[in-house]
Amino acid sequence: MFSFLDGIIIGSGVHAMPLSTILSTMFGGLGMAGLIFIVALAGSLPLGVLVALCRMSKNRVLSFLAKIYISFLRGTPLILQLMFIYFAPYYIFGLKLSLTWRMGACFIGFILNYAAYFAEIYRAGIQSIPLGQYEAASVLGYSRSQTFTKIVFPQVIKRIAPAMGNEVITLIKDTSLAFVLSIAEMFTMAETLAAAMVSMVPYVLAAALYWFFTLLVEFALGKFEKKLSYYHD
Amino acid sequence: MSEKKEILRIDHIKKAFGDNQVLKDISLTVSHGEVVAIIGPSGSGKSTLLRCATLLETMDSGTLAYGDLVVAQDDASGKAVYGDKQVLKEARMRFGLVFQQFNLFPHYTVLKNIMDAPLLVQKRDEKEVEQEARELLEKMGLSDKADMVPCDLSGGQQQRVAIARALAMNPEILFFDEPTSALDPELTKEVLRVIRQLAEEHMTMVIVTHEMRFARDVADHIIFMDGGVIVEEGPAQQLIDNPQHARTKAFLAQDE
Repeated sequence: MFSFLDGIIIGSGVHAMPLSTILSTMFGGLGMAGLIFIVALAGSLPLGVLVALCRMSKNRVLSFLAKIYISFLRGTPLILQLMFIYFAPYYIFGLKLSLTWRMGACFIGFILNYAAYFAEIYRAGIQSIPLGQYEAASVLGYSRSQTFTKIVFPQVIKRIAPAMGNEVITLIKDTSLAFVLSIAEMFTMAETLAAAMVSMVPYVLAAALYWFFTLLVEFALGKFEKKLSYYHD
Repeated sequence: MSEKKEILRIDHIKKAFGDNQVLKDISLTVSHGEVVAIIGPSGSGKSTLLRCATLLETMDSGTLAYGDLVVAQDDASGKAVYGDKQVLKEARMRFGLVFQQFNLFPHYTVLKNIMDAPLLVQKRDEKEVEQEARELLEKMGLSDKADMVPCDLSGGQQQRVAIARALAMNPEILFFDEPTSALDPELTKEVLRVIRQLAEEHMTMVIVTHEMRFARDVADHIIFMDGGVIVEEGPAQQLIDNPQHARTKAFLAQDE
């Protein structure tokens, strides 16, 4: 992909490395970070709604369990959660840990962790919808699920978009925690290159690429909020 | 009036919030085409009565029926027992409610606010519903607002959309809970004009209101409530012009 840059060498002596190798390695890491980002969101956005609904449920057991879930996942470091999930099958069931499981554990860890944060944002949004909206829907004969999916939830999305945007941007940088499972995401790659080259350049490049990723997401979030700005309440 | 079809029957309704007995044995029937106004001071229980009738509150005891559909009645111990989900759903198809705060759906256009429930709940044909919705908007004087969202409308316009939304369900009876209390005097007029027009078309209505002159002119029957009981009721003009009970007199005098 970057073969046209083959002639450019960074560094000197045994630590020298072609720029094309550096870039393709870093972009490979960016791709992996992007994959973790997308899978984590695809899982945690819906799971967060479920956790929020459990948390607000009149069923005390369900509500209590959701509370514990949120408290534990917010109260322990994501990096430890990733390790626990990865090693659990080995220590609990004596299973051999495969390479695929490494990715699986990473995805599960991010989804579970972010669902806990999202759940609390959803809850704040759901509780901010005026009672009159539920009453109007009730009188018109909407069922409870219709009221939630058609009337309440679309309004919740608009209200929580800024807070969600914050978490989503945090997630971009949190993908670097996957290095603890030796997954080839961008931070892991930068570290490997930096060690080989005895140079800070890969780290600087990583910082630039994380920022670039964030700018893209900020742009998308801005578009999304603008799309929802056709009404205010 | 007695030979006319009975639309709503409320018998001996009681409702308490904790120790506070808000409704103490209220009975009321509304016949087809009748307009009933409920007046009374704040805290008299008139809104709670409306909320019990529209299933937003559950009464403690008493009977509630829409025509031949009995929604709730007392069991042997004198406690109100409500019908199953299907009964409640059917009852909701028979009445409409217009709120003090409009409660339009802010994320829907005016047209969608009116069309959504007939499509989603009543599963009616979209073309037919849209035609009816546009006719209702024209009647409300809001034809040009169909594609706007509620936040772009004035309070009076929003309330007229709310009335159209309720009418689109083709209810047999329409309840109004202080429909103009959130509006400026100027906007109040346009909403009252619409309600007056509905009365002329013999829409069956129950209106909780603070507009005494309006109640006198539009209602057939007025109920004066205070402290959770019906203090006095009678033909509209008679009750306003010549109240019998001391409390009614005091309340009306205060309004002058």
